Amino acid sequence: MTPPGDGAVELGSLVKRYGTATAVDGLSLSAARGAVTALLGPNGAGKTTTIEICEGFRRADAGTVRVLGLDPVADARALKPRVGVMPQSGGVPGTARAGEFLRLVASFHSAPLDPGALLARLGLTEHARTPFRRLSGGQRQRLSLAVAVVGRPELVFLDEPTTGLDPQARHATWELVEGLRAAGVSVVLTTHNMEEAERLADRVVIVDHGAVVAEGAPAELTGAERQLRFRARPGLGLEELLSALPAGSAAKESPAGHYLIEADVRPELLATVTAWCASHDVMTEDLRIERRTLEDVFLELTGRELRS
Amino acid sequence: MTASPAPLDLAPAPGAVPLPRMVLAQTRYELRTLLRNGEQLLLTLIIPVVLLTLFGTTSLLDVGGGRRVDFLAPGVLALAVLSTAFTGQAIGTGFERRYGVLKRLGATPLPRGGLIAAKTLTVVAVEALQAAVICAVALALGWHPHGDPVSALALLVLGTAAFSGFGLLMAGTLRAEATLAAANLVYILLLAVGGVVFPLDKFPGAVRSALELLPVAALSDGLRQVLRDGAAFPGKPLLVLAVWTAAGLALAARFFRWE
Repeated sequence: MTPPGDGAVELGSLVKRYGTATAVDGLSLSAARGAVTALLGPNGAGKTTTIEICEGFRRADAGTVRVLGLDPVADARALKPRVGVMPQSGGVPGTARAGEFLRLVASFHSAPLDPGALLARLGLTEHARTPFRRLSGGQRQRLSLAVAVVGRPELVFLDEPTTGLDPQARHATWELVEGLRAAGVSVVLTTHNMEEAERLADRVVIVDHGAVVAEGAPAELTGAERQLRFRARPGLGLEELLSALPAGSAAKESPAGHYLIEADVRPELLATVTAWCASHDVMTEDLRIERRTLEDVFLELTGRELRS
Repeated sequence: MTASPAPLDLAPAPGAVPLPRMVLAQTRYELRTLLRNGEQLLLTLIIPVVLLTLFGTTSLLDVGGGRRVDFLAPGVLALAVLSTAFTGQAIGTGFERRYGVLKRLGATPLPRGGLIAAKTLTVVAVEALQAAVICAVALALGWHPHGDPVSALALLVLGTAAFSGFGLLMAGTLRAEATLAAANLVYILLLAVGGVVFPLDKFPGAVRSALELLPVAALSDGLRQVLRDGAAFPGKPLLVLAVWTAAGLALAARFFRWE
């Protein structure tokens, strides 16, 4: 365990306002060294603003920021070589060739990764001589990731590293992030993709309206609770079904014909539901019992969908 | 998928190379991308050489008494400085700002001062190339420069600093599209009324006095006084350029926005 206050990133009661809008509203978090920390939340939750404050691009209006124990603005000179940054988009001149810009950034560092090997790892070898403006969105994202890690940093910030990537490129990115963690690099990433957070993160911090609403390891957040889903003809009498279930159960139909039962799912409950369906001549399809996902946790905490 | 990817040692090994090496790397990179850019080449080399050759070999333009090329070469050198230090730098930096390149470079170990140093070295290197080509063409047209090389250099350095200041001011405050339009407009206006190839003594007296205070007019006139007339340290042009330099650099330092 890392002692408290000694994480790769320590934020205390961070506040950032733009005019009258409050983008970050008292956010506190600690990202452990050598771990992957995911900031999960919908667009506009304040994730990018938070990460840009950590990168030294913006100053907080209030609160404390420590990155590798240093101040991102006052100690910028000492921090830049140690921290890799992947912004949400762009950042590369349109006329620059992919390999050329990567080699430039590598040349600022004393022991960089081999740019050619890094391009190969991310499937970009054949685009090394392609001007940035002619790369696809996914290729740009991967180049941007390569630029962030080429200097062999201790800590990397990845702002939505896989948004808009095809599955193959997403897996290449995930494997590189897993490789970074295995090598002892601290990673802080933002995402609104719960599958990404569940797969990559040691710790997930759920952010909404500029503040942390929940945090923990993915399994802690989703808990041991199960739920039952099935499809059937629309308009079943849910009140009647609920009366047959243990107290505290909930049932809903959304969208039409898709049913969700949140309850203490045990074998008897399953038998009760299927018996009720049999007695009402209801044929169920896709009947399944699943753990809660981060998406469900988010919905429960905020009353809103993650991908809005 | 292809064969297994090359092994990469991702273990942290952070560190930056010394500042001069970063500045040189950035300069080499800026020069390479700049010289690949066709529009830039048109602005920095083709237009000055065409003007010099066209007006130097024909009588389309009345340049007053004396040899045509002795009047034209200093003005075209001033135009070359304007195109590189002001127009090219404003447009290039404006789009870098717009596309987040300045911000992105700000996340690397290269400090902002190092980036400005690299941009300045790039401008100086391009100007040296322009001067070599323009002087070669002018000499081929029978140019006989005289005068004090140190005075000519002082004028060129001040002119470069003044134009760079205003180029960066424009790039760091306006939208990239506005910079593109405005920087080209200023280039054409200064070419037309800045005493570059069209003599200022064709304008009425009061207008002429005002136009002589333009930086490109001071640079053209100063270079002419030195290279054509053999003057050393021409006072008024140097003073005018020094004032523009102080104003341009101070305004750029005060108002430049990196993103």
